[in-house]
Amino acid sequence: MIPAAFEYHRPKDLEGVLSVLVEHGDDARVLAGGHSLIPMMKLRMADVEHLIDLQDVAGMSGIAVDGGSVRIGAMTTQNDIITSDALAGAAPIMHEAALQIADPQVRYMGTVGGNVANGDPGNDMPGLMQCLDATFTLVGPDGERTVAAREFYEAAYMTDRDDAEVLTAVSFAAQAGGYAYEKQKRKIGDYATAAAAVLLTKEGGVCTSASIAMTNLSDTPIWSEAAGAALAGTSVDDAAISAAVGAMLGDIDPTEDNRGPIEFKRHAASVVLGRAIARAWSRA
Amino acid sequence: MNKELTREERTDALGGMGCKRKRVEDARFTQGKGNYVDDIKLPGMLHGDFVRSPYAHAKVVSINTDAAMALDGVVAVLTAADLAPLGLHWMPTLAGDKQMVLADGKVLFQGQEVAYVVAKDRYIAADAVELVEVEYEELPVLTDPFAAMESDVVLREDLMGEGGALPDGAHGPRKHHNHIFTWEVGEKEATQQVLDEADVVAEEMVYYHRTHPCPLETCGCVASMDKVNGKLTLHGTFQAPHAIRTVVSLISGIEEHNIRVISPDIGGGFGNKVGAYPGYVCSVVASIVTGVPVKWVEDRMENLMTTAFARDYHMHGKISATKEGKITGLWCHTTADHGGFDACADPTKFPAGFMNICTGSYDIPTAYLAVDGVYTNKAPGGVSYRCSFRVTEAAYFIERMVEILAIELNMDAAELRRINFIKKDQFPYQSALGWEYDSGDYHTAWDKALKAVDYDGLRAEQAQRVEDFKAGKTRKLMGIGLTHFTEIVGAGPVKNCDILGLGMFDSCEIRIHPTGSAIARLGTISQGQGHATTFAQILATEIGLPADSITIEEGDTDTAPYGLGTYGSRSTPVAGAATAMAGRKIRAKAQMIAAYLLEVHDDDVEFDVDRFVVKGAPEKFKTMKEIAFAAYNQAIPGIEPGLEAVSYYDPPNMTYPFGAYVCVMDIDVDTGVTDIRRFYALDDCGTRINPMIIEGQVHGGLTEALAVALGQEIAYDDMGNVKTGTLMDFFLPTAWEVPNYETDHTVTPSPHHPIGAKGVGESPHVGGVPCFSNAVNDAFRAFGLRHTHMPHDHWRIWKTANELGLHG
Ligand SMILES: Cc1cc2nc3c(=O)[nH]c(=O)nc-3n(C[C@H](O)[C@H](O)[C@H](O)COP(=O)(O)OP(=O)(O)OC[C@H]3O[C@@H](n4cnc5c(N)ncnc54)[C@H](O)[C@@H]3O)c2cc1C
Repeated sequence: MIPAAFEYHRPKDLEGVLSVLVEHGDDARVLAGGHSLIPMMKLRMADVEHLIDLQDVAGMSGIAVDGGSVRIGAMTTQNDIITSDALAGAAPIMHEAALQIADPQVRYMGTVGGNVANGDPGNDMPGLMQCLDATFTLVGPDGERTVAAREFYEAAYMTDRDDAEVLTAVSFAAQAGGYAYEKQKRKIGDYATAAAAVLLTKEGGVCTSASIAMTNLSDTPIWSEAAGAALAGTSVDDAAISAAVGAMLGDIDPTEDNRGPIEFKRHAASVVLGRAIARAWSRA
Repeated sequence: MNKELTREERTDALGGMGCKRKRVEDARFTQGKGNYVDDIKLPGMLHGDFVRSPYAHAKVVSINTDAAMALDGVVAVLTAADLAPLGLHWMPTLAGDKQMVLADGKVLFQGQEVAYVVAKDRYIAADAVELVEVEYEELPVLTDPFAAMESDVVLREDLMGEGGALPDGAHGPRKHHNHIFTWEVGEKEATQQVLDEADVVAEEMVYYHRTHPCPLETCGCVASMDKVNGKLTLHGTFQAPHAIRTVVSLISGIEEHNIRVISPDIGGGFGNKVGAYPGYVCSVVASIVTGVPVKWVEDRMENLMTTAFARDYHMHGKISATKEGKITGLWCHTTADHGGFDACADPTKFPAGFMNICTGSYDIPTAYLAVDGVYTNKAPGGVSYRCSFRVTEAAYFIERMVEILAIELNMDAAELRRINFIKKDQFPYQSALGWEYDSGDYHTAWDKALKAVDYDGLRAEQAQRVEDFKAGKTRKLMGIGLTHFTEIVGAGPVKNCDILGLGMFDSCEIRIHPTGSAIARLGTISQGQGHATTFAQILATEIGLPADSITIEEGDTDTAPYGLGTYGSRSTPVAGAATAMAGRKIRAKAQMIAAYLLEVHDDDVEFDVDRFVVKGAPEKFKTMKEIAFAAYNQAIPGIEPGLEAVSYYDPPNMTYPFGAYVCVMDIDVDTGVTDIRRFYALDDCGTRINPMIIEGQVHGGLTEALAVALGQEIAYDDMGNVKTGTLMDFFLPTAWEVPNYETDHTVTPSPHHPIGAKGVGESPHVGGVPCFSNAVNDAFRAFGLRHTHMPHDHWRIWKTANELGLHG
């Protein structure tokens, strides 16, 4: 649990960050809250010769709710999400989900940007971002671009982000309708055995739209378009929920680990999704 | 002039036995001012780190240390070849086996120590570990003890005789090259006959999985050899510092007076810090070689993967009874997985510890127990994790077997226990497997517990829940976990308890200072139990000086009297008894001094709380404070100056704490998630020294029980890879997972202990594990479940429900 030697950089602005990234390429990594990266370095699973701390970079944190849109700076902590009144109004699912991430100590340090950029299938924010149809803002030596969360994840720890890019913010439209983030875990501080993010809208007793994403059930988060579609146009009765769960099961691909065998993971996924839909519907 | 205090006020002022004295240790612990091994920094100190085997079974073809040695700051890299000339490449284990200190041609478990790097700082040491090149040739891996007993693969070539002969092991004949010992107790034929003739027999394989004590502080040491005066000082996380000193002396040949072992503050032990580890030997050798202090501290993964595990007992049981439910016989055959070396920490004559307490709280006339120890490709250990030697295994076994028998008899499990308890008037009770239970009143405890939880009401609620479940109205089941455990602690009488020949007495030495304060030193060592608080309370009551004026010191072999340390709930039963006895010697001398000062005959004064008074004339007295001053400063004919005493206490018997626990649990059948609604724990530990400390011990032991029962395990895959090497996967509950505990007690003093105390630190763990597990099993009883193995984590509960067809 002793990391290999590394060079520590603490630039004050994004230009400073980018110049180290460009100079050292693969050998450089940015450090946000450190609660995923530092354990990996201590286990010597991540070999980082140049560590660039984002802590002092100006303008990278904060939550802005502007009319119908929400923008969260990458360095905003998970604890900031929990305590933000503006966000509680604009995207209460963020609040519900953040409370189920890790424990308070981790949440004081862990950031939204780190959580979504990390690419660990166990992280909760990526699925949530897909559910919200968020876009990520990336800044690199060639300037700024945006990528849809639903396009960002390629495989475990592999994302569309280029090594020399920094993720600066996540943005999404303020949510409407019912919501739920349901997570089964073994204990506080554990990653999900299975988790489901559900957003849906209701008009006159009928579901008009639904977005469903699952966490830790494949090597990337799974936004199940088919599961959402199975709810749209229904009254979200048992049959509709079963159809949505069935569609979701067609999209996930869990692996066995200490949380249980594949069969159990699929079962747990069904249960958490069923419960998430029921709760979201009750709130719609 | 102070107003004269009443007798009660004087008693309160002492802070003696029975009061909720606040822990004196906490001021420093809660301020981060503890002094643990890793806090020790000596001038010029070097740092050690291990190269460990990635394989569970492999030949070590070659080790190349050149690149590591070439790294700036690396001082030495030790391999077995370096230790062999000193005879230190192997070391004796506490179980009479031997263990490789560094891989001698092969490795037997993943994480085994292969080379030891010594460097100027901890970072360089870790970098150098990566640079040591080891070539392995993989060998077939045995992770299952039953398969190991059938396999042609020889794990321990070093134990083979000429031409494939099998010489005896430390505990007698061996049946197979991967077999360690057979230990038998009780009457085999008679038990078989009782089973054959019984109305009802329940049979089950009860597996107690492998887990780990996982103390907050991992193991470590700082070895410091002073080449000028030839003295070795060894600071370390030792639960038995004196035994370590003797063992180090025997292994190294350094005379015992030249070795000083110091256990500083210890951040939890739970059995993990009883044994001797390669890290200690390597650090000592490295300090001898380099002439400067060497520190070695494990990280969490090393602790979980390599230092002593606990349990891994496959207990095949049969229990018989009459139709009316009177138990007639108990049979148990245990296959014990000891890993690559037999490094259990048990008294020498008890290779399976006190597993023969497995008749539990019941009057079982005929019983038989056999234990076969087996080598596998797993880490060595087999320590008593928060229990006396193998007592959690025994308690879990009997408490599961009784529940299964209740199913077989279609009887209520509480009632079945009640009709089989040893009765109050049967004590001292001779058990079929050879123990003499000192005292107990099980029926009183049981009735009190059942009444406290409204047992009948709970059963009615449970029956309704089953109906509702069947009717599709709920997906939650309710389990009622019952346990009545009897422990055996306080090892132990020297006539049958020794470890490597070291008798298991313990000791206390008291020195009263002239102004009426005192220091007492003991052969034990606190790891968080609060000895500095409770032992001072025992003394306060015995010698009449305030607990706040008594310093308790342990852990330094240069100053403390010899003792066998702290584990197996032995501190209060053994060292606590020594403390009381030494206190009584002080009091006896004080009586003579008081009589002289009061100008009466010795027999005419009597002890009264904090003073000696003239019989019949309580206004004539000398306080212990006054007596202390006189002891040093007044010439008293026929009495030596000073007021000191030492006592070495060899207990006449073990003590047998017991308790009645009830757990009420709701189980979500769909997710396997458990919710403990209520946990009631009644403990009878005899005389209660500090109720607050007892409550803290009960909370801690129950929480570790919850962990073990509901998820905590050391799991291996078929290749012998540890799957639970970090706290991400090894379950340590947080405050969130822990229920609110209700504690209660009865008091049945030990008749042979000077103050009647029995020890309590481990009871809640011993009783808690079966209680949580019984609750899970009980929830599914109505659906035909007999037994499901721990740990009861979500997926295993889901699997149980699934196999019972509860998922539609
Ligand atoms: C005990 C424990 C339990 C946990 N449980 C959970 C849980 O239940 N759910 C969950 O979601 N997470 C959990 N986590 C992870 C935690 O939320 C992390 O903090 C989070 O995953 C990463 O955020 P960070 O700010 O700490 O990122 P870091 O660890 O600093 O970085 C993580 C990775 O992202 C990269 N990165 C960080 N910021 C940026 C950026 N702005 N642009 C580009 N790349 C960037 C880093 O280079 C690194 O590769 C847990 C962590 C711990 C220690």
